[in-house]
Amino acid sequence: MMLLQMDVAFIIEKLILITIILFGSLGIAMYATWGERKVAAIMQDRKGPSRAGPFGLLQPLADGVKLFMKEEIIPDSSTRFLFILGPCLAMLTALLTSAVVPWGPDFQLAGRTVSLQVADINIGILFIFGVLSVGVYGVMLGGWASNNKFSLLSSIRAASQAISYELAMGLSLIAVIMMTGTLSLREIVAQQHGFWDGGFTWIAFRQPIGFLVFLICTFAELNRAPFDLAEAESELNMGFHQEYSSMKLGFYLFAEYINLFVSSVILSTLFFGGYNFPFMDAVQGAVPEWLFVIICVMVLLTKAVGFILFFMFVRWTLPRFRYDQLMKLGWKTLIPIALINMVITGIVVLARMK
Amino acid sequence: MDLLLLATDQNTPFNYFPIALQLVVAIGFVIVMMVVTHLLGPKRRTSDKLINFESGIPSVGNARQPMAIKYFLVAILFVLFDVEVIFFYPYAINFAELGWEGFKAVLLFVAFFLCGFIYIVKKGALEWEE
Repeated sequence: MMLLQMDVAFIIEKLILITIILFGSLGIAMYATWGERKVAAIMQDRKGPSRAGPFGLLQPLADGVKLFMKEEIIPDSSTRFLFILGPCLAMLTALLTSAVVPWGPDFQLAGRTVSLQVADINIGILFIFGVLSVGVYGVMLGGWASNNKFSLLSSIRAASQAISYELAMGLSLIAVIMMTGTLSLREIVAQQHGFWDGGFTWIAFRQPIGFLVFLICTFAELNRAPFDLAEAESELNMGFHQEYSSMKLGFYLFAEYINLFVSSVILSTLFFGGYNFPFMDAVQGAVPEWLFVIICVMVLLTKAVGFILFFMFVRWTLPRFRYDQLMKLGWKTLIPIALINMVITGIVVLARMK
Repeated sequence: MDLLLLATDQNTPFNYFPIALQLVVAIGFVIVMMVVTHLLGPKRRTSDKLINFESGIPSVGNARQPMAIKYFLVAILFVLFDVEVIFFYPYAINFAELGWEGFKAVLLFVAFFLCGFIYIVKKGALEWEE
């Protein structure tokens, strides 16, 4: 009976956490679209959305409602089932990656230890890679099922770009795993406690080359400029979602922004200490526990927003790559760099252990 | 109670249960959204509207034709190399325990990896300009 009660409490706790995370990331993704338009407008000396509400803050809601109310069109020559499955899969994978991220430290609530991580599995990084790979199917199915030459070309581009950069991404993380000795994101964050313990604890400062390679690969995985070849308007009209309308189009666009947010969180978690911040031990002693947890979550979200802004600045600054340049960078530059970085990391870490 | 403590301390299939929970919630969300948008939108289908858009130009033929082989080559190379990358992961985790001996062995593996890599580069598998 005791076990059953614990189980019910456990399930309720996790359900609340999952709901908060899913709707939180949806909300942040919605406002990331607003942020992107504002950032673009400011960088191009325009006003951006300014009519709906103060500073155009209601614009994302208006866009969402508009997408809901539009007519869905499924072209005659498309493959109906796959046409619907494509955006669903894209959205599903975008919503799943956040499951292994530790959002804050554990705390006590009503005699229970509550963890701000949905699932603490010891293969967290591999889980992220797995879900990421399934995400390629969403794009691929959508583009192929449309039976449109431009969509097909775009989805093939997107898929081969994503898998090419996944290699360099995986290789760049190996050096990080050598230093931490674990695949669990919770452990990796715990090892980056604070900011300074006689040396930097954040991995970005101890592993800068790995961080740079990972960052570049994140741009490519997200299909963002300067790697947005899947959506090269000048060559492909719109991209793999050209035939889509209504909320199916909305799913693709939203999934992109949710991925942007989750990737920023994962970048902060892996390389910038997650919810850790300088002088956190002093702060922990000075404030009550609930406040400390809130500060930690806010710190993580601030880092994530910083990365999102960085992604936006880059998008509106740099021109697009050509496809052969993209493939050359991924295969012939990043993979060798990541491999050499891995070997050097191994030598340095082993030499220091002696 | 004991069972649950055990489950949180060690790694068991139970740790994956919340992921299943999140999967169910996410699938529910996707289905609800799809049904709601299906019900809300207007439905005035005409035969012209249901033709593929393709920038408004009358579309010629079927899109499902043979594509450039390069893309498939990239996919096949990805499968080969990704398997090798995944082989690095177990090593990286046990890297500290294995010490220099393990490192020498992995250097050999890296050498094989590089051999394959140099081979595909020399073969021109990654050349995109003809």
